[in-house]
Amino acid sequence: MTTDVTTAAGRGTVRRLAGSLHRRPRLRLALLLTAPLLWLTVLYLGSLAVLFVSAFWTTDSFTSQVVKVWSTDNFHELLTTPVFRQVVLRSVGVALAVTVLCALIAFPVAFYTARVARPRWRPLLVVAILTPLWASYLVKVYAWRLILSEGGLADWALAPFGLSGPGFGLAATVLTLTYLWLPYMILPIHTALEQLPDNLLDASADLGARAGRTFRSVVLPMVLPSVAAGSVFTFSLSLGDYITVQIVGGKTQLVGNLVYSNIELNLPMAAALGLVPVLVIVLYLLAIRRTGALNSL
Amino acid sequence: MEGRAIRLQDLHKSFGGTTAVAGVDLEIRDGEFFSMLGPSGSGKTTVLRLVAGFETPDRGRIELAGQEVTGLAPFERDVHTVFQDYALFPHMTVEQNVAYGLKVRRVPKAERLVRARKALAEVRLEGYGQRRPAQLSGGQRQRVALARALVGRPRVLLLDEPLGALDLKLREQMQVELKAIQREVGITFVFVTHDQEEALTMSDRIAVFDRGRIAQVSTPAEIYERPATAFVASFVGTSNLLDGETAHRIVGAPGTYNIRPEKIRVLKESAEADEPEHTTAGGTVADVVYLGDATRFLVDLDGGGRLTALQQNLETSSEDVAAYRGTRVRLQWHRRHAVPLPS
Repeated sequence: MTTDVTTAAGRGTVRRLAGSLHRRPRLRLALLLTAPLLWLTVLYLGSLAVLFVSAFWTTDSFTSQVVKVWSTDNFHELLTTPVFRQVVLRSVGVALAVTVLCALIAFPVAFYTARVARPRWRPLLVVAILTPLWASYLVKVYAWRLILSEGGLADWALAPFGLSGPGFGLAATVLTLTYLWLPYMILPIHTALEQLPDNLLDASADLGARAGRTFRSVVLPMVLPSVAAGSVFTFSLSLGDYITVQIVGGKTQLVGNLVYSNIELNLPMAAALGLVPVLVIVLYLLAIRRTGALNSL
Repeated sequence: MEGRAIRLQDLHKSFGGTTAVAGVDLEIRDGEFFSMLGPSGSGKTTVLRLVAGFETPDRGRIELAGQEVTGLAPFERDVHTVFQDYALFPHMTVEQNVAYGLKVRRVPKAERLVRARKALAEVRLEGYGQRRPAQLSGGQRQRVALARALVGRPRVLLLDEPLGALDLKLREQMQVELKAIQREVGITFVFVTHDQEEALTMSDRIAVFDRGRIAQVSTPAEIYERPATAFVASFVGTSNLLDGETAHRIVGAPGTYNIRPEKIRVLKESAEADEPEHTTAGGTVADVVYLGDATRFLVDLDGGGRLTALQQNLETSSEDVAAYRGTRVRLQWHRRHAVPLPS
């Protein structure tokens, strides 16, 4: 026989190894999960833990040095200072507004791309929706700065109606964030609508329902979990943003800005402020989980 | 007096370049269990969808109970459909599914519940009202779909291969139940199937579809005993055709004849064969297939042609029939069982 002896032996070792792995499912799982679990615990959860711990430290007000002494002063200040409370509420309000706007805009768009457009065009339309995500975040935000600036595109387009653009401020922030995160809302809704079986719509019509009733009783309830899934993205991305608001927000301050401005002078305070969006998003996720949306992510 | 539930006139429908329905005329009587039988792509499901209103015909006219409904939307027609894959709403409970049609028609909630529970009882699913469709077996889902379609007491119930997804035992059981339910509620059932046995056992009348047209409309017995075309003969039951030279020689007249296998007796060559009104043909047994309750003989006729004969195993056993292979036999059938077909 002409079989190479060493290759045969090597193959035998691999075979034996594969065989012994096959008989030890726990070992297989351990080998598979060790690296990603290390990444998750050390880098991700570890940094969250550091954030959490440092929020309980304080700063020497003369030297700006961090004093590693356990205290709840930061949280006390956070809860009692009206400005902080205002900023937190404003941030949550912006995130909610962006989410609602995204849902309202995304639904008709997704309905068109998933059910109205010819099947041949659908993948192309999805790509078209995704293309803005390939452009740089900053480029897009500065584009909106141009659109919304005084005498910019918004002013020019609204002038014939005797109106002017919103200018820089809260409204501009909401508008720009809505534009930025819209694809994250369209995609899950598109997928849900595309997977909606035709015969459920037929069945509804067959049982006497007009289009409006079918929409309310069949389409909407079946797509709602996907809207909730999309809202997880739009909500959390908006809540964590601090760049857009600097560029188009005028003097508006969000939680992110406070973290940013405290990070040099008062790191423990910045950490405490940083925990706020984490907490809000955890609460939001808990609320969303009750809708069953996380199962369809 | 018996009314007319459905009347179809000259229905045509094509999708893109493919003709699905090419001129269908049909009348279905009130209270009838009517089956539309045919292979896949023969147009039977399209006709059903046209009647339901999911498709609009390119040409032709559809009447329900004497009223023209050709251009009406599904929700304007007094018909309900049981879909092939049931099409139950996954986000609703069984009870909400069944009550959906009533809710849409603004039946008060209390009455809705009572009627939904009654409909579930009719299909023997009491106590399942709070479950979700995903928690039911195939047979149970099928019955929920039936209850949902029946609860509004439509004039006509359309069933699109409703038993196709069930296994054999369950299918046979559902055939009996469907027929019983239909008799009980007295609603016209239009049943689409590609399973000839299903159509034969359940229907009052059958329409056999062939390439977008109806080949024959008749009672099951008539369709089986007197098929109108070679297609019907071969699609319903086993066809056994005698044609050309062979037909002329054996039957005594030219043409194409169909003889059902179970009508043919297999006799020993030595047997006394002269019976009045009977036709006899000699041949050699090419193969014997033992089926348990019966035996199928494939016989090569002297001078060309092959016939299949089916014999009940009244006295013979598997060993006995195997011995027939290769022996000479005489085939005999009553003259009226050789059914002439249009060529």
